[in-house]
Amino acid sequence: MSVAEAQARSAPSDASASAELAIESAALTKRFRSGQVAVDTLELRVPRGAVYGFLGPNGSGKTTTIRMLLGLIFPTSGRYSMLGAALPASAGSVLPRVGALVEGPAFHPYLSGRANLARLDAADLTATGRTAPRRIDEALERVGLTAAAGKRYRHYSLGMRQRLGIAAALLQPRELLLLDEPTNGLDPQGTREVRHLIHQLGREGVTVFVSSHLLAEVEQVCTHVGVMSTGRMVWQGSLPELAAQQRVRVRVTTSDPQAARDVLARLGLGEPTVVDGEALAVLGSIDPERIVEALVEAGVGVRGFVVEKPRLEDVFVSLTGEGFDVSG
Amino acid sequence: MIFRRRRNQAILGVLAAIPILIAISVKVTDHGSRRGNDNAGALFGSIADNGVFVAFAALFVVLTVFLPMAISVVAGDSVSGEANIGTLRYLLTVPVSRPRLLAVKYTGILSWCLVTPLTVGVVGVLAGLALFPSGSVVLLSGTQVPYVDGLGRLLLTILYAALMMAAVGAIGLFVSTLTEVPIAAMATTLALSITSAVLDAIPQLGGIHPWLFSHYWLRFADLLRDPLQFDGVEKGVLVTLGYVLVFLTLGWARLGGKDISS
Repeated sequence: MSVAEAQARSAPSDASASAELAIESAALTKRFRSGQVAVDTLELRVPRGAVYGFLGPNGSGKTTTIRMLLGLIFPTSGRYSMLGAALPASAGSVLPRVGALVEGPAFHPYLSGRANLARLDAADLTATGRTAPRRIDEALERVGLTAAAGKRYRHYSLGMRQRLGIAAALLQPRELLLLDEPTNGLDPQGTREVRHLIHQLGREGVTVFVSSHLLAEVEQVCTHVGVMSTGRMVWQGSLPELAAQQRVRVRVTTSDPQAARDVLARLGLGEPTVVDGEALAVLGSIDPERIVEALVEAGVGVRGFVVEKPRLEDVFVSLTGEGFDVSG
Repeated sequence: MIFRRRRNQAILGVLAAIPILIAISVKVTDHGSRRGNDNAGALFGSIADNGVFVAFAALFVVLTVFLPMAISVVAGDSVSGEANIGTLRYLLTVPVSRPRLLAVKYTGILSWCLVTPLTVGVVGVLAGLALFPSGSVVLLSGTQVPYVDGLGRLLLTILYAALMMAAVGAIGLFVSTLTEVPIAAMATTLALSITSAVLDAIPQLGGIHPWLFSHYWLRFADLLRDPLQFDGVEKGVLVTLGYVLVFLTLGWARLGGKDISS
């Protein structure tokens, strides 16, 4: 079955919302025996075909959520479903269509990369044994591990291990991929390749759910984001929606920042200030052209004028709060 | 998976060395006829008369400590080993259902339970053939049977030993679902075997002896009598099957609802 066929089969036959969501949860909560609430009334909504960036600082409940989705741990309360089927009841029929990388790769150290994949594939009752060698080779090829396939796993570098983990998730054509920190331990080149791979899978129609605390990489490939903080979802939606919510600022480089600030204030821009010899303000609904015009009319010598969209990182910090401490 | 691990190959190697060691030590010391009235003495004493007793004597020696240890290592490692290196979470997300995981693991353990006494028996027979006469076999009850009949009884003994070890394997599998530290599961399983043997050695606790899983291990000597005496062996089989059933159920109950956080 090709990815395209998998897509065709999984295409929503009706217009109901649940059919169009690859992952959905309602009031999903996990309280550990210690009493700690790792995931708190989570409402996940991952549309089919999305590349969904699941963001949050360390300890915000991302991995716990992924473990629940995969049926490794059981929720304290709440409902959740993947690919339109309720879990954990339908795990047997849903999970073969889901590829996963959870909390780093894990393989038998004394088996080769290829033998490890063969073992996982043999454990999959839905996999055809006859096509296993070809599928394993393709998965290895896709993550660039062909040359090291025969080496024992224990001799793999961190980056090669991570690649093998991704290869395991790609052993079958999947409709949904759950990737937990897929670029951990990869060199810049490897990070680029993984980003490219996620982008490519997204274009093939695979829904990719990728958790990360590194925002730059998510920003480049994702169509949707969800931001977690201390077990709660603080924001989720498409990237354009997120950008629309954010305040765009203007920055004026000039020899007379104070005068420029006064002009910005007079035009009605929010929070006009002077920082490091530059005038800053929140753009609001005013045309940037009008501002430059007003500055020139007021006799302010403009050396530079920039309209700044916030970086996702700033948005992230504004949502999850500053501070280095991991939560709980 | 079990037989490709060097650790387990080493265990098989050591097990194979035991009958060879027995054969050589009997050969170089004396050719004295049987002495001692207990089973051990009789088994060792018969070696000089017929080499097949090398296998029986070796099984007798390994059955109380060495075999339980070999089984404890593999059974204790079965689930906790996967949890320890994290492969358990990937097996479960393949997905492998938890009952199926236990079934596959226990099947592997059973094959190990069979291969270990089989190795001792086969090497014992070969060592016996190499160093001692082979003709007809004089049983512990004094009757003579043909050599092939002796081999048949050896096979029965090996199967009996394998079944006795199946109880240790089931206990080990259950213990293995309790922890993510393989060595702890191995040690606990072996400790339980030893505890059972210790309790069995305290005469005041005679009341519970018939219910200890180690109580019947050495009853295989009954298979070396003529006619075959099955009552002790039968009880051993029943008690062992009871242990297997109880601990597989416990393992299933434990793993079924467990959060896998390794």
